[in-house]
Amino acid sequence: MVNERVVLVTGGNRGIGQAIARRFAAAGHRVAITSRSGAADDTDGILVVNADVTDTASVDAAVSQIEETLGPVEILVSNAGITRDGLVLRMTDEDFTDVLDANLTGGFRVARRVSKSMMRNRWGRMIFISSIVGLGGQAGQANYAASKAGLIGLSKSLAKEFASRGITSNVVCPGPIETDMLMALTDEQRAAMLSVVPVGRLGQGDEIAAAVEFLASESAAFITGTVLPVDGGFSMG
Amino acid sequence: MSDNFERFKKCAVDVLSVDEAQVVPEATFESLDADSLDLVELVMALEEEFDVNVEEEELDGVNTIQAAYDLVVSKL
Repeated sequence: MVNERVVLVTGGNRGIGQAIARRFAAAGHRVAITSRSGAADDTDGILVVNADVTDTASVDAAVSQIEETLGPVEILVSNAGITRDGLVLRMTDEDFTDVLDANLTGGFRVARRVSKSMMRNRWGRMIFISSIVGLGGQAGQANYAASKAGLIGLSKSLAKEFASRGITSNVVCPGPIETDMLMALTDEQRAAMLSVVPVGRLGQGDEIAAAVEFLASESAAFITGTVLPVDGGFSMG
Repeated sequence: MSDNFERFKKCAVDVLSVDEAQVVPEATFESLDADSLDLVELVMALEEEFDVNVEEEELDGVNTIQAAYDLVVSKL
């Protein structure tokens, strides 16, 4: 039986975040998710909290609500993110800064908010959901790739700052995963993507969740500041 | 000892995991084995206890119990 923890998955209402939330819930943890709309499908046993990660007060209120209902957050899975794709030449300042604000600064806001109680408890796990795009870049996604690369520097810094407090911080970089975000691509785009994945298929959300669950476990206490691609071999080069 | 110092001392004992007897005005944080993160933690606890707000830059040069205590009390 697992040591029951309080888990927060931001952006846990769909896609990879949802798969992560469900996996933690199935393992017996107390799980909360945040979403911008506050609504989420199939949330049996999962606390759904409304939060906008671009708003510090909203993050504070959401985490306070989780603390009152479930207890202090012990495992943070920072997953909330948006895309606003476009070629650099046609990308506005807002397209760039809005994505940075949600994906990178949002991760920072939530991590800062939960680090206090983790520090007090001398135990914590932070896992940031980045992307292989953050490792290799992507035409049409300069903003998204920059935000996802930024999470790596954020996570490594947190890992160093909090190492003495029993708190680890790691990054998981999903490759092409079967989600709504990816299914929005054309068949051709998907085929091109698959041609460079050695394993030769799309990944499942639960395969990301499995890696996250491990990094959040007691067994992973000696793993911190790492970047783990879960991508069917895509990023090995 | 003033009541305020007793409250301060309790925070320091809790956060830094030291004995009450070690929390004397002339003690340095170094001598208490407190690193920069401990100091931030202590300040957060003091902010809560005394309902004050301490800015990051005000912590520069705050190396002793006395200096930290004076900083907090100056805000009451």
